[in-house]
Amino acid sequence: MPEEEARPSGSGDDPVGPVPEATGRDRLLATLRKPTGAQVVVGALLAVVGFAAVVQVNNTQLDDTYAGLREQDLIEIFTGLTGTAERARREVDRLEQTRDQLQSESTSREAALTQTQDRVKTLNIIAGLVPVTGPGIRIRIEESGGRATLNSLLDLVQELRTADAEAMEFNDTYRLGADSAFDTTTGGIELDGNLLEPPYIIDVIGAPDALRGALTFDSGPIDQLQLYDGATVTVQELESLDIESVRAPVQPENAQVDTSQ
Amino acid sequence: MIAALGLLLGILAGLVFAPDVPLLLEPYLPIAVVAALDAVFGGLRAFLDGIFDDKVFVVSFMSNVVIAAAIVYLGDQLGVGGQLTTGVIVVLGIRIFSNVAAIRRHLFHA
Repeated sequence: MPEEEARPSGSGDDPVGPVPEATGRDRLLATLRKPTGAQVVVGALLAVVGFAAVVQVNNTQLDDTYAGLREQDLIEIFTGLTGTAERARREVDRLEQTRDQLQSESTSREAALTQTQDRVKTLNIIAGLVPVTGPGIRIRIEESGGRATLNSLLDLVQELRTADAEAMEFNDTYRLGADSAFDTTTGGIELDGNLLEPPYIIDVIGAPDALRGALTFDSGPIDQLQLYDGATVTVQELESLDIESVRAPVQPENAQVDTSQ
Repeated sequence: MIAALGLLLGILAGLVFAPDVPLLLEPYLPIAVVAALDAVFGGLRAFLDGIFDDKVFVVSFMSNVVIAAAIVYLGDQLGVGGQLTTGVIVVLGIRIFSNVAAIRRHLFHA
């Protein structure tokens, strides 16, 4: 046995001679300290094991092909893949359905939004909340002889509204809205509490022909102003007219939206 | 000492050269490695028991590897290669565990 030779030349700290390998641990330590010829064979075999193990580990990590697999394994993989593909297809169907649903939802929402925006635009113009531009007429009323009466002005505005005037402005400053009102005070005529100074210049946006026609018929507003009030009225048709003044939005205090109708 | 060096050397060689496993050997290499591990642990246990013999070790190592590979090869021919591989691994795993338990008793007395 190699251990017998190992003893004398090994570490001399163990002087107990004749009884060598009492336990496996001692034997292992002794072998570790003292290489022998038999270990070469074992070492070679262990080298083979280590080599093969490492190669196999590397190979397993690298192996992304199906080469070298058994027929059975391949069939199993194939079945698994088929199942996965089927599940994926169902998932795709489900997601597509959801997408279509969301698309139609968003389309209808968009349509509603567009409609609402259009409506808001229209209402803003009607309420006089935004500056507007467009074709229209400019009416200039100069008080040469007498004074223009409230009735005449009211009549004028009423006739313009009949002719589909879309926006009106007095003296380049006061925008007319749905809740506009005239009033007579000692100083003159007030529009929404603002004193109007003559000459009155009224900018109106609408179809110019229709607007002019609404004013110039017999004993219409212009006749009234000129014949009875002694004012001079000039009407100017314009291709494009800017109304810059706006009204402040008013929160109704009493009227509430009735959703039941 | 030399044995440990040999193991280290083999691992290093495998890391350095990193050769591809031939296609024919691919199903048998893992099983052969496990069989060799079984032989190694058996040898270590025998060594600690004081009945180690290098010739026996070499023969058992070789036969373990060859028989394991042969069983799997036979299984492949019979169409039950996968199951036989599993079976061989289970048996070798049990043996490795019992061998390691014996080694542990030797080394740690526990």
